Amino acid sequence: MRNTNVWKAAAAATVLLLAAGCGSGGGGGGGGDAQGSGFRAPDVPMKKTLGKGEGQVNIIAWAGYAEDGSNDPKADWVHPFEKQTGCKVNTKIAGTSDEMVSLMKTGQYDTVSASGDATLRLIASGDAAPVNTKLVPNYKDIFAGLKKQPFNSVDGRMYGIPHGRGANLLMYRTDKVKPAPDSWRAVFEDAPKHTGKVTAYDSPIYIADAALYLMKTEPQLGIKNPYALDQKQLDAAVALLKKQHAHIGEYWSDYQKEVTAFKGGDSVVGTTWQVIANLAEAEKAPVKAVLPKEGATGWSDTWMVAAKAEHPNCAYKWLDWIVSPKVNAQVAEYFGEAPANAKACEETSDAQHCATYHADDESYYKRVHFWTTPVKQCLDGRTTVECTDYAQWTRAWTEIKG
Amino acid sequence: MDPSLDGDQGLTGRQPVTSPKESTPKAASRPARPARPGRPGRFGRPGRPGRPARAGARLRLAALLTPPLLWLGLAYLGSLAVLLLSAFWTTDSFTSDVVHLWNTDNFRTVLTDPVYRTITLRTLGVAVAVTLIDALLAFPMAFFMARVASGRWRRALLVAVLTPLWAGYLVKAYAWRVMLGEHGLVNAVLAPLGLSGPGYGLPAVVLVLAYLWLPYMILPVFAALERLPTHHLEASADLGAGAWRTLRLVVLPAVRPALFAGSVFTFSLSLGDYLTVQIVGGRTQLLGNVIASQVTLDLPLAAALSAVPVVLIVCYLAAVRRAGALDSL
Repeated sequence: MRNTNVWKAAAAATVLLLAAGCGSGGGGGGGGDAQGSGFRAPDVPMKKTLGKGEGQVNIIAWAGYAEDGSNDPKADWVHPFEKQTGCKVNTKIAGTSDEMVSLMKTGQYDTVSASGDATLRLIASGDAAPVNTKLVPNYKDIFAGLKKQPFNSVDGRMYGIPHGRGANLLMYRTDKVKPAPDSWRAVFEDAPKHTGKVTAYDSPIYIADAALYLMKTEPQLGIKNPYALDQKQLDAAVALLKKQHAHIGEYWSDYQKEVTAFKGGDSVVGTTWQVIANLAEAEKAPVKAVLPKEGATGWSDTWMVAAKAEHPNCAYKWLDWIVSPKVNAQVAEYFGEAPANAKACEETSDAQHCATYHADDESYYKRVHFWTTPVKQCLDGRTTVECTDYAQWTRAWTEIKG
Repeated sequence: MDPSLDGDQGLTGRQPVTSPKESTPKAASRPARPARPGRPGRFGRPGRPGRPARAGARLRLAALLTPPLLWLGLAYLGSLAVLLLSAFWTTDSFTSDVVHLWNTDNFRTVLTDPVYRTITLRTLGVAVAVTLIDALLAFPMAFFMARVASGRWRRALLVAVLTPLWAGYLVKAYAWRVMLGEHGLVNAVLAPLGLSGPGYGLPAVVLVLAYLWLPYMILPVFAALERLPTHHLEASADLGAGAWRTLRLVVLPAVRPALFAGSVFTFSLSLGDYLTVQIVGGRTQLLGNVIASQVTLDLPLAAALSAVPVVLIVCYLAAVRRAGALDSL
């Protein structure tokens, strides 16, 4: 008798789920479309003047951005900051952009090193405040190519201080992939040549890499900006990625895993960051990273201030500190990226650093389409169609991976 | 022993939390209570005449049970309830903010979108495969340990089964990642035979999960086989049954509940796993991975997805219970 009760309960649970599934067909479909109108920045006040430090600051950072010497005694720019400003730094390391966005929603943090695929989301949800660049003296030395970009400003107003940038390059094993590729074709049409050994970045934002390729190879699709895709264009990118999926060995999001995969030969061709190529080369892996002829997607990080920051003064002091020439050079070298501050190039211990990372090469970065959050209102200026937003990209990404 | 104590023993005996030192002597020093007729009842069991406990005993029992029940009710089941509840909300598609707007779209998506059906079936397949492999590997191993091996061998084998449990889950999974790699141990061993290992992917996931959960299957089966009286086997042999017939008609029925108990571990742990898939799964996507990737972006959808393994487990537990495996718990 008790057995049948359990069965009844299980059956009831199933029926409930089924009912939930079918029941909403008629009325409850409102959810996602509620915000159909597109992107408007909510009215969040900007800081007018700088006051005294509050004694501490809570920051969310990418690994390697706020080093206090505990990972590498030589990499420490947190303690000097604390000594100089009296602001104690509490760091929370985030693994992904999505994690950064959800951490900022808790309201416990003052500043975040957000990448371009997170910034607009933070601005739109009112979690980030516009930044008064007059209160950040080092802002004047930031490369012009990083200021007032679509991913870090709205209506000509900066929502953060640029920190650094890098491109998502094409990496390949020189002993396995011949001839040397110079096109993203190597991971799409040519993927069958290395089936099971192709790798791609594991994030919905990777859809932009396929869109960028289609932008050059299938101009009739009319893609102008890989982050502004209407439904038809998104479908084409998804179809391309589904074809690629059959030849993918694994998707990567952990850079260490990608280094070992290339070193061990489990991956032979795929997307990468400059820092990964450097690490793999340092470990004697026969790899090379190139910026393909179609250009590439890339990332540019911005230090943003929380709208409800409890320690705004210390947050502003941190913003100014992290992009000051010397510290910016330290971070850029430690992490492996192009610094944002033009003066940082004179401070790097490796004189070639800025050249390796094309820090001041605006023509190089013209070919890099920095991560931007896809939104309903087309970023390329089209008004006749509605573009697909990040939620749609996320669902598409699940579908691509199958 | 004073029969009037049976009541207290019945209550406290099931609660290992109570130190017997404390409760029993106190009860024993009490003036003898008048013996009550009938079997002592247990709390909350309907259909039997409950014995009215004394106020003090009730109070003690309440004090004893309140913290675990609060924990179970609030922290454990409560969090599950909140999870299920949030599945009925929705997410702002742009800012990822949870919008408290009641709707059932998430469940509809999970049930109707073919990609989630594929992923659910794949996950279920992995859990079933892992359970079968573990059962097939555990049975002879446990049989040898319980019935054949001498005391010294048995101890050594028990230690061998338990030792991997001391190592961290991640360490073991990464060790397999190294072994299964292109230039790993598996390929090196198989190369002379003209074969190659599974590489990263679904077979690797099944292999590593079967490895990780094997001790959880061996131990209950071992315990059941150890309890199996030798004269059952002797009687079977005396009656003319061969080894296979004895195995089928005597041994298997005796260990079936233990096999099911072990399968609850292997099945439910496989169903929820996502780290192994991340480490050796290559491009494979299982339920756990989809939930993990949705948690920060679309919590309500992730909650709706989490309901899928919950329902599967409930169904599985019900099936196992029907088979009688949980009666001895």
